[in-house]
Amino acid sequence: MEEHLVDWSRAQFALTAMYHWIFVPLTLGLGFIVAIMETIYVRSGSEFWKKTTKFWMTLFAINFAIGVATGIIMEFEFGTNWANYSWFVGDIFGAPLAVEGILAFFMESTFFAVMFFGWDKVGKKFHLLSTWLVAIGSNLSALWILVANGWMQYPVGMEFNPDTVRNEMINFWDVLLSPVAVTKFLHTIGSGYVMAALFVVGISAWYLLKGRDIIFAKKSMIIGSTFGLIASLFLIFSGDESAHQVALKQPVKLAAMEGLYEGKESAGIVALGMLNSKKTLSNDEETFNFEVEIPYALALLGYHDTTAYVPGLKDLVYGNEARGIMSAQDKMNQGKLAVRALEDYKEAKKLNDTLKAADARIVLEENMQYFGYGHIKSPEDIVPPVATTFYAFHIMVGLGGWFTLLFGILLYLSMKKDISSYRKILISALWSIPLGYIAGEAGWVVAEVGRQPWAIQDLMPVGIAATKIATTNVMISFFMFATLFTLLLIAEVSIITKQVKIGPEGEQ
Amino acid sequence: MISIKNIYRFYIDGFRNMKLGRTLWKIIFIKLGVIFLVLNYFIHDKSLKSEYKTYDEKVNFVYENLKGK
Repeated sequence: MEEHLVDWSRAQFALTAMYHWIFVPLTLGLGFIVAIMETIYVRSGSEFWKKTTKFWMTLFAINFAIGVATGIIMEFEFGTNWANYSWFVGDIFGAPLAVEGILAFFMESTFFAVMFFGWDKVGKKFHLLSTWLVAIGSNLSALWILVANGWMQYPVGMEFNPDTVRNEMINFWDVLLSPVAVTKFLHTIGSGYVMAALFVVGISAWYLLKGRDIIFAKKSMIIGSTFGLIASLFLIFSGDESAHQVALKQPVKLAAMEGLYEGKESAGIVALGMLNSKKTLSNDEETFNFEVEIPYALALLGYHDTTAYVPGLKDLVYGNEARGIMSAQDKMNQGKLAVRALEDYKEAKKLNDTLKAADARIVLEENMQYFGYGHIKSPEDIVPPVATTFYAFHIMVGLGGWFTLLFGILLYLSMKKDISSYRKILISALWSIPLGYIAGEAGWVVAEVGRQPWAIQDLMPVGIAATKIATTNVMISFFMFATLFTLLLIAEVSIITKQVKIGPEGEQ
Repeated sequence: MISIKNIYRFYIDGFRNMKLGRTLWKIIFIKLGVIFLVLNYFIHDKSLKSEYKTYDEKVNFVYENLKGK
């Protein structure tokens, strides 16, 4: 496959996925924040909380309306730009996406209408139930998408059928409850909650800085910072489990996340560092121009053992017999056997040679776990872009730490002091809204760039997954998508800004 | 008892009383129009579904890409 075409197809998918992720997290988290506010309204009967709920619900609706259907473009792309991949994954992707479609359509859209049209028309408790169901429904929708993504990172619960050249699901529960899928779901929705909480505290901070709607802003700040602090602490635990799963299932990604070329026992985490751009697998240059390391932390994070050996990129590419680590070349040899066995199987079936077909199938099954390596040209190709993965990971973790601290400070000041007089903290809260989005996108960069060259881990590299179509078509559609999404983003920001300026007392 | 008529009135009144919602609906329809009409027909003109009619043709197409070069 032409590399230029594959790169443009990847760029296009990355563009649509990253823009889609601008809209999704607010829906995931703000739905629950609104539901909490409405619960307070229903319990207290206070009109203040009704107004507060309706204000944040309006912002939720703006984001929902502008973001809805942006994910459909990715489903188009699966069929057009990634046809081999779509066929190869078979019903594994189809089943979760179908469940997502049904849940999204029936649950979210039905109760969404009650949530917005039902004020004063349905009972308070039924309205509250609808708000909670919208929040739960949007998170359940995310579950199925993330299960599908988790399968791409760690394919389980399926069997490859050489007759149809596609994978068939043999155990739905293995796919759904795969540890990678579960941690991916929890960590991703957790990041959505943090981003939504930053949105609430940031806008509340703006009101306090402007000296208007003070009570509304202070109360919203308490809800937002409490929700954000709990979500941030949850992110720390889910992030720890996520890193553990990466260490076990995608060790090359972990090594790239930390710029670890040489494996070592009790490896530390680079808390702060700058990679040496001259460093490659084949030279002995220093990996970092400078670094500040936390000893033992990577071994502890990855393997929950401070003395554990953390394999470096060199171990994973060239192998390390003493540590029982297979080389990429050995995996490539097995992959080539699998690819060859598939050809033999097809040839034998064409000739109605059942014995030869059975033999070929045995070889295929024995080597199938490395099928994708059969298409890798050189062992070094299994290494993802180290600098992108490393910096994205550190930006995500660094910002995550800042958000935890910020929520803690905001909650303390909101409860114990007059937060209005802490202008620098309020300005920090306001500017942390875009930082939340940067952290969320960085997380996806780690997850997706860090597992290159794989479209499906170990089974299918991106070069094989892509469809052979005209590169110019992909380039044109890339710029059309970029224009469409940018216009949507401008619309979102301008409508939300206008609504924030109107404030909670205005018409909604 | 909730009747079909009540549900119909619920939605009609809801849509009639929308203020900001009208702008949002316009954005949704314009967006869907662009996605389904413009992009789908003028850009994504080829796919496995449109290029190959039978199941076996599709299997063969993907197999050709999966086998060794």
